[in-house]
Amino acid sequence: MRHDHLIGANQLSRADIEAVLDRAAEIDADPSAFADAHPDALLGLCFFEPSTRTRMSFDTAIKRLGGDSVDMGTVESSSVKKGESLADTVRVIAGYTDGIVLRHPSEGAATMAAEFVDVPVINAGDGAGQHPTQTLLDLYTIRENAGLDDLTVGVMGDLKYGRTVHSLAAALTTFDARMHFVSPESLRLPRNVRFDLHESGAVVKEHTDLDDVLGELDVLYVTRIQRERFPDENEYREVAGEYRIDADALDAARDDLTVMHPLPRVDEIASNVDETDHAHYFEQAHNGVPVRMALLDSML
Amino acid sequence: MTDKQLRVSKIENGTVIDHVPGGQALNVLAIVGIDGSGGEQVSVGMNVPSDRLGRKDVVKIEDRELSPEEVDVLSLIAPRATINIVREYEVSEKLRVSRPERVVGVLSCPNANCITTEEEPVESSFEVLSDGVRCGYCDTIVRDEIADLIDND
Repeated sequence: MRHDHLIGANQLSRADIEAVLDRAAEIDADPSAFADAHPDALLGLCFFEPSTRTRMSFDTAIKRLGGDSVDMGTVESSSVKKGESLADTVRVIAGYTDGIVLRHPSEGAATMAAEFVDVPVINAGDGAGQHPTQTLLDLYTIRENAGLDDLTVGVMGDLKYGRTVHSLAAALTTFDARMHFVSPESLRLPRNVRFDLHESGAVVKEHTDLDDVLGELDVLYVTRIQRERFPDENEYREVAGEYRIDADALDAARDDLTVMHPLPRVDEIASNVDETDHAHYFEQAHNGVPVRMALLDSML
Repeated sequence: MTDKQLRVSKIENGTVIDHVPGGQALNVLAIVGIDGSGGEQVSVGMNVPSDRLGRKDVVKIEDRELSPEEVDVLSLIAPRATINIVREYEVSEKLRVSRPERVVGVLSCPNANCITTEEEPVESSFEVLSDGVRCGYCDTIVRDEIADLIDND
């Protein structure tokens, strides 16, 4: 892969994706072989929103490559609190570091940041926009468990605001994948994602009921439906309850169904699913380190 | 008022924008950045009977020649507009609008969570689609009501 920045999954070709996944597999097999790959690399972590997995896995990844990181810390403890613009913040941090990992609550933040700096910018989530590095580890997990050819994927939950969903949908268009999107009417895919899926010629169906499609799926990707997307608590509880799975619900699924979730989950996947062979979401989270090592290795 | 009468009331130098859809004249002025504060002399005819459009608007701007780039941006709200550049009371150039690939600094993104709506040193940028526009930052697609996005600041 040769990109100056990673902003959205739609900029990645199948060859780009496979190159990262292949390298991640090499790293996974022998991490020590990459321990000195980037001894002078310093990565800037700029998280304007809370993060556990993404921040810590990038931090771990750069250190496992022999490099190091500097962390902006929380918004409350930074100059952002004094009213500094994002453009100024990234320009300053670009002067200290060899690359910037950016998470921000506004859509388009990473696109704008990339216009102001000469070091690579990696989008670690921009509002309800994109989260392309999550997609790379999602695809790695799918490839390990179900393969990426002749694939049927169901994506369920908050499809409107879910940035991991938007990036995954874009990336799957480069593979031989049939996509089923399951959500309440009010949380259907946004217009721009549907537009891109249509333009790509992808095989896509939308549903409001998981039962319509569960038995066909190789992969079920579940996302959290957030309370704040609904006008009142009752409506939220009613809708969220319909898009929740437990071990009994998965009786109707194929034995080799892979269940994934970008985490954190609340109760959309019951804990009794954890004990089944379907559960791959913790493995998915673990894959964040080798996949982000592979990505950094290709960009720094 | 007829097309013929409008042609009679000539300007000495400047631009005449004709065949604008009825009611869009003020949006045309907003797109080309004229709000009266610059002292330009502007004549506006609104909802004038037109054989081609039913009702049309006409905008005449004295002492200002629109560039081809400015003309193309008008295609978003007035795809059938005709533009005459007038010098010494004569039409010296006739321009037709064509859809640009991108418009910068003209429209405001309707997504309140787009980075371009914040206090950042960045201009809005929209890719022009066959049936709408798409924000170059947050990817929001707008098909209808593009005129509502015109940045009047």
